[in-house]
Amino acid sequence: MIKKLFVLIAFLPIVAFATSGIGIESAPIDVSDQASLQRGARTFINNCLNCHSANYMRYNRLVDIGLTEKEIKENLLFAGEKVGDTMQVAMNPNDAKKWFGVAPPDLSVEVRARGVDWIYAYLRGFYKDASTPSGWNNIVFRNVAMPHVLYQLQGEQVLNEETQTLELVKPGRLNQVEYDAFVADLTNYMAYMAEPAKEQRKKLGVAVLLFLAVLLVLAKKLKAAYWKDIK
Amino acid sequence: MAEHKQKTSTSASGLREWVDRRLPLSSMVKAHLTEYYAPKNFNFWYFFGSLAMLLLVMQILTGIFLTMHYKPSAAEAFASVEYIMRDVFGGNIIRYMHSTGASMFFVVIYMHMFRGVIYGSYRTPRELIWLFGVGIFLALMGEAFFGYLLPWGQMSYWGAQVITSLFGTVPFIGPDIAEWLRGDYLTADATLNRFFAFHVIALPLVLLGLVMVHLVALHEVGSNNPDGIEIKEQKDKATGIPLDGIPFHPYYTVKDIVGVVVFLMVFASIVFFAPEMGGYFLEHNNFVPANPMVTPEHIAPVWYFTPYYSILRAVPPILNSQFPGVVAMGLSVVVFAFLPWLDKSPVKSIRYRGVLYKRWLAAFVVSFVILGYLGTEPSNIWGQFGTWASGADRATVVARVFTVIYFLFFLLMPWYTARDKTKPVPERVTYK
Repeated sequence: MIKKLFVLIAFLPIVAFATSGIGIESAPIDVSDQASLQRGARTFINNCLNCHSANYMRYNRLVDIGLTEKEIKENLLFAGEKVGDTMQVAMNPNDAKKWFGVAPPDLSVEVRARGVDWIYAYLRGFYKDASTPSGWNNIVFRNVAMPHVLYQLQGEQVLNEETQTLELVKPGRLNQVEYDAFVADLTNYMAYMAEPAKEQRKKLGVAVLLFLAVLLVLAKKLKAAYWKDIK
Repeated sequence: MAEHKQKTSTSASGLREWVDRRLPLSSMVKAHLTEYYAPKNFNFWYFFGSLAMLLLVMQILTGIFLTMHYKPSAAEAFASVEYIMRDVFGGNIIRYMHSTGASMFFVVIYMHMFRGVIYGSYRTPRELIWLFGVGIFLALMGEAFFGYLLPWGQMSYWGAQVITSLFGTVPFIGPDIAEWLRGDYLTADATLNRFFAFHVIALPLVLLGLVMVHLVALHEVGSNNPDGIEIKEQKDKATGIPLDGIPFHPYYTVKDIVGVVVFLMVFASIVFFAPEMGGYFLEHNNFVPANPMVTPEHIAPVWYFTPYYSILRAVPPILNSQFPGVVAMGLSVVVFAFLPWLDKSPVKSIRYRGVLYKRWLAAFVVSFVILGYLGTEPSNIWGQFGTWASGADRATVVARVFTVIYFLFFLLMPWYTARDKTKPVPERVTYK
């Protein structure tokens, strides 16, 4: 009994790795949905990449999500980049700092730092706020320097101070369901971009575990064969 | 001269004889494997020594491949790690094996140390083995600390900044020491360069040397076992072989293979399916590049350092100096070295110890785990007490209580182990 308790306690720190719940909705994303990833990639390159770089992500890596190099060249490269280049940004970081007060961070691994749920909530969390320099604020990132780039799509929200919830006061080009789906695609893409080899890694892991399972059976038989004489 | 004539035999035995005349190969294999007699009653806890060796080799091999692509410069380090993750063939697996290996090394070492504690493996005649082991543990902590700066993320940077600052609390000469360690006024490029040197060559050499003397000393006196009985005291009259001993090879080599495969299954499950381990093995904030201008809200070391970090935070400053906390943290690690002389029990193994020892040990394990948990969280995690306790952080008060228990386990050991009611120890080991 005491022994079992010790084993349990010794493993407790590594068992208790449940991630934190920040009280935000979980992002409805599916990394196996290639169409969603492709829509997200297009949104990212058209909207985010104007100010944010993704310096560790190569354009031709997008063959992972079902695009051909030809499609990438024709649809996603606009400023003479090569298909093997990483997603650089034209904006000078010093200018950016002057304009926004802080240089927009590189987004390559942003999802690994923040988590997908946070990104999804952030992109839906902008509201009008006259007290900030940009005229925008965000419910999950208070006084963020970034203005609401997608406001024409989402419309304008305001914060209800009492309930601490957002209310749409001026509709955009998309309705709420459409905008949420649009943002989910973008979040999905950013999750993929943060670790492009993630799905391949999991597939390899299944093969490795199957191999080890077979090896375990053999190892146990070998051990039993040698130890049968020990009394 | 006849005996020096070259033999023309091409058989394996001929080659072995040729080598043996030039290198004591066969006698070494005998002394350390085929005629090294280990007690036959090793249990679950005895897998962790060989697993630690496996991890050492794995860390060195994956480390060599990482070094081929990593750039130890403040400007390039973070990007080079992402380059390894994305553009190097198999780089993501190698990197995850190395990062998971670091955490699992500590899991394995903690289990190995706990084994030593519960079965009294540090007692006479194995004090030196234990001391070399404590040395290995210290070197491993250094190795992990230096390695953690290399990805150059926010946690890498601020972790190094906090730990080097601890040396700054030494009275009078502290700030100079901290600056000397960093090679700059703050953690910077110079710090990264020297930490890289320590991580890839200096400490691995120390570790390998210590592991060697750890094993040489072990093979000199022989292994302890879950009964804490010296098997050399009951030898076969004719052969001189311990009655309860079996040759390490093949018996324990084939048994350890089973342990290795089970361990690799756990290891692979983490590497391939949960390499961040929910932020405990790879911290979320470390995916943000190091920024000397932005201090993270919450700085915590990786989980394996958190019990000691908790102790550091628990000790209140004296005369506005954090130095007493730093001393307490240092002692909480070094105190393990004194175990062989603190334990006064007539028996070695927990199997024959009394209830008093078991209770103290349980209290220690609980303290270690709770301090470890609290070290990962900000000290206001459980809120504050009311005005009756001048609004003290609840978690800090709890950490103080468990810090005291942590040290009492060691300080009171001579008293409670001598006073404990032990059970009679059998002459031969228990098997099946």
